[in-house]
Amino acid sequence: MSRPLTESGRAGVVAGPHAEPLLRVESITVRFGAVQALSDVSVDIHRGEIVAIIGPNGAGKTTLLNVISGFYHPQQGHIVFQGRDRTQLKPFDVAALGIARTFQNVALFKGMSVLDNIMTGRLLKMRGHFLLDALYWGPARRQELEHRAAVERVIDFLEIQAIRKTPAGRLPYGLQKRVELARALAAEPHLLLLDEPMAGMNVEEKEDMSRFILDVHDEFGTTIALIEHDMSVVMDISDRVVVLDYGRKIADGPPEIVRKDQAVMDAYLGVAHD
Amino acid sequence: MSAIQPENADTLPKLLLAQVARWGDRRVAIREKEFGIWQSHSWRDSARHVERIGLGLASLGFRRGDKIAVIGDNRPQLYWTMLAAQALGGAPVPVYQDSIAAEMHYVIDHSESRMVICEDQEQVDKILEMKDKLPAVELVIYDDPKGMRHYAYPFLLSLERVQDLGLRFAAEHAGFWEAEVGKGRAGDLAIINYTSGTTGFPKGVMISHGALISTARSFLEIEPLDERDEIMAYLPMAWIGDSFFSMAVAFLASCTVNCPEDASTVRQDFREIGPTMTFAPPRIWENILSQSQVRIEDADRLQRALTKFFLPLGMRKAKLELEGQPVPARLRALCAIGRWLVFEPLRDQLGFRRIRSAITGGAALGPEMMQFFRALGVNLKQLYGATECCAPATLHRDGQVKLETVGAPLPGVEITLSPQGEVLIRCGGLFSGYYKNPEQTAATLQAGWLHTGDAGLFDPDGHLVIIDRVKDVAKLDDGTVFAPQYIENKLKFSVYVKEAVAVGNERPYVAAMINIDMEVLANWAERRGLAYTGYTDLAQNPATYRLIHDEIRRTNETLAPSQRVKRFAILHKELDPDDAEITRTRKLRRGFINERYASIISALYDRAATSVTVRATVTYEDGRTSETERQVRIMDVEGA
Repeated sequence: MSRPLTESGRAGVVAGPHAEPLLRVESITVRFGAVQALSDVSVDIHRGEIVAIIGPNGAGKTTLLNVISGFYHPQQGHIVFQGRDRTQLKPFDVAALGIARTFQNVALFKGMSVLDNIMTGRLLKMRGHFLLDALYWGPARRQELEHRAAVERVIDFLEIQAIRKTPAGRLPYGLQKRVELARALAAEPHLLLLDEPMAGMNVEEKEDMSRFILDVHDEFGTTIALIEHDMSVVMDISDRVVVLDYGRKIADGPPEIVRKDQAVMDAYLGVAHD
Repeated sequence: MSAIQPENADTLPKLLLAQVARWGDRRVAIREKEFGIWQSHSWRDSARHVERIGLGLASLGFRRGDKIAVIGDNRPQLYWTMLAAQALGGAPVPVYQDSIAAEMHYVIDHSESRMVICEDQEQVDKILEMKDKLPAVELVIYDDPKGMRHYAYPFLLSLERVQDLGLRFAAEHAGFWEAEVGKGRAGDLAIINYTSGTTGFPKGVMISHGALISTARSFLEIEPLDERDEIMAYLPMAWIGDSFFSMAVAFLASCTVNCPEDASTVRQDFREIGPTMTFAPPRIWENILSQSQVRIEDADRLQRALTKFFLPLGMRKAKLELEGQPVPARLRALCAIGRWLVFEPLRDQLGFRRIRSAITGGAALGPEMMQFFRALGVNLKQLYGATECCAPATLHRDGQVKLETVGAPLPGVEITLSPQGEVLIRCGGLFSGYYKNPEQTAATLQAGWLHTGDAGLFDPDGHLVIIDRVKDVAKLDDGTVFAPQYIENKLKFSVYVKEAVAVGNERPYVAAMINIDMEVLANWAERRGLAYTGYTDLAQNPATYRLIHDEIRRTNETLAPSQRVKRFAILHKELDPDDAEITRTRKLRRGFINERYASIISALYDRAATSVTVRATVTYEDGRTSETERQVRIMDVEGA
């Protein structure tokens, strides 16, 4: 793999605290009827960071991801991506900005091949023309080849050559998760949101997935926000940990400090709330 | 250099330059599937890479006589590096990339390699971990940079960088490259292949350019290949078979070498290329056979019925042909239909559509395996040889393939039998000795004859028949001679049996320990709705025992009464090269096995025992060990 997937520049260098964050979540509140899913949560995600979002079940982790990806719109607060307010955008527009995600429950097109599934990750980069596409001629052909080349680089990167033509639905769960990551990567995102990328995996699969996440970060400088329950994984791969509990942010900092935080320990060990 | 013709080139780099002069950009020397596409390199392009890498290595201090260890899957870049080292008068030392750290360390350390080239991060990490214990290693070079962006070691650099250095070096040293290649002589060391051996430490077999080229020449007299032929490079680079076919034979015949995309895609890539000649050890053929049986089971009812009808007919016809007997007209007619309905499509599925000759070697292949492939129309032939003679010494000729033999000697190869029945070989392709091991060299190479350690005999047609290892031929306590390997090979024909160990030396009867083929058994269990937790659990399942029992009983019918397996056990774990139970090329290490499974073996001869408790130490890939305790059942074979 010699050519970079994205032009998003290098990598691993976390911008200083004074630099403009890549993504700024400003005191957002999300309510579903009487349920307060998120209350006044603020999170900054800086370029080149791997941020883990943790918390007990129902803490609002997935809601936070859904708000960032435009799936829900907050009743209060703002979302600023690359310096511009993006609070009210639709998922489609958010994806076009360079935010890609994977889902807690694998969401692949089960009857389609792995290759075609990953190809859908390129959808927003395709410029269609009805007639040329139908004839597969000129620019349409050139475009298809370019996208296929980009997809092949992702396939090579994630080492899934052997299943290129296999229907996604026939793959074991761990591989489906990897294909989902591949599809997200194919979009060449600036920000990658991973919702429990390692749920339901065995130790070996988790190790593989952790390595791939670190490789993606290393190689393309992609900023990554992930939700994860396995604390050893979180401690190993993240630069920063954000802890949610009952829709509130209760901690935010480097893993080794967050781990010793009293509020976090209470949340995980289950202390009576008033 | 243009004066050199392929016919009189005496080293591999000279041969490469001769092919460049002959083919230039008109023919593909090597191809690799990457990013989903077969990427081709012409002879000129290949030579250009070899030159750049070579000059890069020279500028980094690689000198005549130096060694470079090569670790990775078959990649053009690794072959180029091997040639680059050879062009500079040095020698590559290919290492089995799946070997455990201790073995890898032994080979790199013992060979005194000054440089190591790794395919990717996985291999680099292994070297970094043992770097402190490799005082001779000055540089570690990698091809695929993925994951190593932040590695900052002064001794680590990319192959791309080496090539850049080569370009710069070329500008300052005009004529250097041609002069270096020109200095090469036939007697120069071309490669050191470490053979794991069935006992003790690996031995470094030193092979000269002359040995490789003269053996390739003899081989091509029997199996003519030319620039239109395609071969697949997918066997471990550390195995002499790969160096022989992917380098010596391919270079001499100017055929195209194809490198698969990934170890996991070999079968798909095989089908895409459709090689015209292939060489593989029996385990690969066994593997292809079990895969095709699984595929037949998974096929629809009509296809399954057709296959089950025609395949036995095809195998019967193949058997008659192999025995030189006439094929009845009815059988011939049926097989013609079968060819159209079953054999051709199946052959195509397996990637053998264009195959002209398929060669097996490295160990004995069950006769039934031979019949299966020949029934499909694959011209499968036996080759016999050793690393010490560059792989081949004998080979079946077309139309003279016989089940139990390994064929007649190649042109220029003399074979004789010692009074003990040991096979002795003399030819131009003999090795130059074991690296830094004169005692072993003297023991193996006596008065110009290679002592193979194999027990053999000649049949009336002058074909060699290999019985077993001289030291393994055993006697039952009543003095009956039996060859364990012969029985094992028969047992291994069952798709459910992956490995078999026949025992019985100085015992009243023959008994066997079996390794089930997990891939096939898992499929079998799934279709029967059989629940199991893992290998051991499935291996010890009574239903599995009944299945294997019936397979052994069937095998027994083809054996003389004294050779029949009377009792057997299914081992709780797979025999593993990491546990020193088999070699990397999957040859049994009987000494270790007898020791490790002594309790099972004694239970096999205790007629009252129906099961035995075994305690085993398991070695993990990272070298850690742990103790386990298991129950292993023992079963009698009916009718034996």
